[in-house]
Amino acid sequence: MGITQILFWFLSIAAIFSALMVISSKNPVHSVLWLIVTFFSISGHYIVLNAQFLAIVNVIVYAGAIMVLFLFVIMLMNLNKESEPQKHKWLRIAGAVAGGCLLLVFVAALKDTDIKHQQALVNTGNIGLIKNLGKELFTTYVVPFEISSILFLSAMVGAVVIGKKE
Amino acid sequence: MYLLSIDLWFLLEKALLIGGIIGLSFFIAMYTTYAERKVAAWLQDRRGPNRAGPFGIFQPLADGGKLFFKEEIIPLASNKFLFILGPAMAMITALVASTVIPWAAPFITKGGNVIPMQVADVDMGILLVFGIVSVGVYGIMIGGWASNNKFSLMAAIRGASQMVSYELPMGMALLAVLFMTGSLKMSEIVSVQVQNGWNVIYQPLGFIIFFICALAECNRTPFDLPEAENELNFGYHQEYSSMKLGFYLFAEYINMFISAAIMATVFLGGYDIPFVNEASWGLSSFWMTFISFSVLMSKICFFLFVFLWIRWTIPRFRFDQLMDLGWKKLIPLALINMIITAAVMLWLNK
Repeated sequence: MGITQILFWFLSIAAIFSALMVISSKNPVHSVLWLIVTFFSISGHYIVLNAQFLAIVNVIVYAGAIMVLFLFVIMLMNLNKESEPQKHKWLRIAGAVAGGCLLLVFVAALKDTDIKHQQALVNTGNIGLIKNLGKELFTTYVVPFEISSILFLSAMVGAVVIGKKE
Repeated sequence: MYLLSIDLWFLLEKALLIGGIIGLSFFIAMYTTYAERKVAAWLQDRRGPNRAGPFGIFQPLADGGKLFFKEEIIPLASNKFLFILGPAMAMITALVASTVIPWAAPFITKGGNVIPMQVADVDMGILLVFGIVSVGVYGIMIGGWASNNKFSLMAAIRGASQMVSYELPMGMALLAVLFMTGSLKMSEIVSVQVQNGWNVIYQPLGFIIFFICALAECNRTPFDLPEAENELNFGYHQEYSSMKLGFYLFAEYINMFISAAIMATVFLGGYDIPFVNEASWGLSSFWMTFISFSVLMSKICFFLFVFLWIRWTIPRFRFDQLMDLGWKKLIPLALINMIITAAVMLWLNK
């Protein structure tokens, strides 16, 4: 077992465990903090795949900026158990049935997806380095890239318009 | 020496380097607290600490000892785990940012092995620093929220919004530098400056914007609103006592040290000696490493002095003025700087 495999198993267990803690924590602030741990372990996976740019941007954007805003909202709203809406018993049963159905669909869909020839490049691929990624984004994928930037711009304008409303 | 196909010598080399840098960070942070008091005293025409040892140089040790022996109080209504996690996060994020800084010219052993004086020369380099800075908000936010105190929460939210706002102009000011160096690697940024001259000459506006943002990111005066004592009592660490408070205060000084090191590396040529070509001296590798390290340290000390000087000269901003400066002045300035740099580079290359 090489260091790559050790790292892979460690990161996978950390990611799954923290993701489970996100949905099972009683306190919403704890949930947000566990979600940050999840983002960090996913960033670790990106590093193992040598996609360094993706890893750092994941940390800056998700763990650093979006989660701070989540924390802002949760801290200022001061959520606790009393103010949380209680779910009806029938709703829980319906949830369990729906989740079970989803599991069956997943099993059916995944049973044919054995690895045939293409495997992820671990620690060797260099498309995730900033130079190669930038070249790809601005040549092959320049149209979707620009369209997504227009999407961001419209979201920004929308936020300003809503914020200006008295 | 291989185990589990891990190169243990490599691990040992890096562990020594990491230990050295952490020790250095603590040492510099300790004596920055002393320098802060001495500079304050000098600017206010006082004597400053002069009792512990000659010229009071053991004052930081006395302060540290005092903090350790103070009674530790954890408020009953606080969230205990998060209350302890807060200062720990502040300290960890302060220390981790030093990983990508090249501290000196690489050391070449007798056998010809090149040992870089840098923990990790990753492809992302300066972007990694930004990642860590953006995570650094959590130390303040967690601590402020877990204290279960209105004033702490207000201060934590102020601090977080300030840090998130000032990251943007900081990144944009840096982009103009990255246009010129063409790489995010810290070692590459330094070697480009050794050849072409320091970035501060080409990017004076970018440097000023970066410096102002660094002050804001470290929560230093005139941007120390999170701990504005006349409106928020003592800010986000009001409920803290003993060494937990010490960690928060100490993390600020380590942040100052690291941001001074980053500014020296990105804008003032890192470990490069100005006006001379040190490669032609023919000194042994050990002395080259030593001299380049001292040069970087003197640049860092210069920045630290400017930090202190500003603190005892300029009064604090109001919160709306702070946001105004960040969003309405620095971001447009940084954008203009970026566009001009790009246009000039395009024009020069034809």
